[in-house]
Amino acid sequence: MTTARAKDDEIELAPVAENLASVLVAKERPPRPSALSASITFGWRAVLKIKHVPEQLFDVTAFPIMMTLMFTYLFGGALAGSTTEYLQYLLPGILVTSVVMITMYTGVAVNTDIEKGVFDRFRSLPVWRPAAMVGYILGDLLRYVLASTTIMVIGLILGYRPDGGIVGVLAAVGLLMVFSFAFSWVWTMFGLFMRSEKSVMGVSMLVLFPLTFLSNVFVNPKTMPGWLQSFVDVNPITHLVAACRSTMSGTWDGGEILWVLVASAVLTVVFGTLTMRLYNRK
Amino acid sequence: MDNHDEPAVETAGLVKLFGETRALDGLDLTVPRGIVYGVLGPNGAGKTTAVRVLATLLRPDGGEALVFGKDVRRQADEVRGRVSLTGQFASVDEDLTGMENLILIGRLLGHRRHAARDRAAELLEAFGLTPAADRQVKTYSGGMRRRLDIAASILSTPDLLFLDEPTTGLDPRSRNQVWDIVRAIVAQGTTVLLTTQYLDEADQLASRIAVIDNGKVIAEGTKGALKASVGVGAVHLRLRDAEQRAEAAEILRSALDAQVILDHDPVAITARIADGGGDGGTERGAAEQASRALAELGRSEIVVDTFSLGQPSLDEVFLALTDRPATEGSAA
Repeated sequence: MTTARAKDDEIELAPVAENLASVLVAKERPPRPSALSASITFGWRAVLKIKHVPEQLFDVTAFPIMMTLMFTYLFGGALAGSTTEYLQYLLPGILVTSVVMITMYTGVAVNTDIEKGVFDRFRSLPVWRPAAMVGYILGDLLRYVLASTTIMVIGLILGYRPDGGIVGVLAAVGLLMVFSFAFSWVWTMFGLFMRSEKSVMGVSMLVLFPLTFLSNVFVNPKTMPGWLQSFVDVNPITHLVAACRSTMSGTWDGGEILWVLVASAVLTVVFGTLTMRLYNRK
Repeated sequence: MDNHDEPAVETAGLVKLFGETRALDGLDLTVPRGIVYGVLGPNGAGKTTAVRVLATLLRPDGGEALVFGKDVRRQADEVRGRVSLTGQFASVDEDLTGMENLILIGRLLGHRRHAARDRAAELLEAFGLTPAADRQVKTYSGGMRRRLDIAASILSTPDLLFLDEPTTGLDPRSRNQVWDIVRAIVAQGTTVLLTTQYLDEADQLASRIAVIDNGKVIAEGTKGALKASVGVGAVHLRLRDAEQRAEAAEILRSALDAQVILDHDPVAITARIADGGGDGGTERGAAEQASRALAELGRSEIVVDTFSLGQPSLDEVFLALTDRPATEGSAA
């Protein structure tokens, strides 16, 4: 403690260079970075934050493991007769559920940042406007890949065997990333307009629980009452799970895959636009 | 393309509302190029709001605001290309290291990876931050943070730099460092718009000053003109014997032709000295008047324990300009 303080004092005392003028001399302004380059730079910032606070990866590793174990052993015997049997049905769904649930952290990150001065600096820079927001999501995609990997590993250990092979699994994860990227714009929007981190979390639970549970993730929708089935049928999570199941089992349902891609495009356009409106007006 | 006679900033009737509060209520400001322009006012006067509108962070609700002739609403992107902002709350990422912060901004300004790293190292060195380069900013002291913040603002030399209360909360040594940096920046030709609550800071750095209150400019001019309008300063005395205070006050009143304020402290007297003459000569005038007053007190055998001659404080500027003390508003 004492040494740290002494070190601080030294730095405080470090004189501002006398040749300050030399670093101030107007240098050629480089051309502004491309939209992609600016977005990647913001993504790099998100990755640096993970590097400095690795504990935050807890939710993308421990949470998916818990979800997989819990639901496999809780419902397996009752719903499919055996846990291994149920796992074949559940795993693509739990993969989707876990990743979609952690997308809301994007909103929390945006919300905690806007209170800080650094947000002002980003907004006063002459860069492609959505880059800062895209950067958050790019950084989070890394977390989603980690979560997906964790679930696949635990699934394989527990006895899940994808008939679609590695290609099918990668296609499912790819689709999930596309959808998560699009869905994250919902959270950047909430992150910008909610007043606190807690309210972002509150809203996210209100959205995520019905969306993930009222779907085909855990049970076959045919066992549900008609009115519930009609909700389940339009729930994008249902289509995403159906598409992932199809590639992972090697049956490749083109209709469902297309549905997911179109839904992702619509989500990005609608919520991306709303996010940018808020970002520009904040 | 760029007309050099154009002022760095020009606003006319600028209005910004926050609900019922008129944070800016018809602000008229003209900032010439190449100088430090001081915007002086108490908390809630609208200083920060003005800076945020000019840096394109807030959209005004009425009036005009031009930065180098570009409209902050319609040509926001062009404005952003020429200005930098160092906000009241450090505009750096606390979770990243000093080095990472500067590389981040450098990359966003379009520097290539190596150029960004070199520029970051160069600035850290010049600002005396090299030993802390690889530490997270959250471990920095206030002064170090502010220096890093300013370094981030001049990564690409801006044409106009906004410094929003750059020394609030800093110790005197850090404050002097920031002042040196500001002087060096303006010497390079960058226009600096500095907001402050401290008259002595504006006095040290700015060549023109606007005093704002309740979102309006209430006085504007060169430093000398502004100070002359306020009076040159105040004499603060503490007497040995409280019973002599009435007599002392009378002597000061006649010797200095000053407004005398009797504080709650029974031995303290404050006398505001009126304008003793023209530009530049006022400082010496004040000191001479004060020493004459002291001599008068001595002749009457009034013992003065402590004596100080101060510049008018912001409160006194306000008192002089508005006939009421500086108020704390709600919008900072």
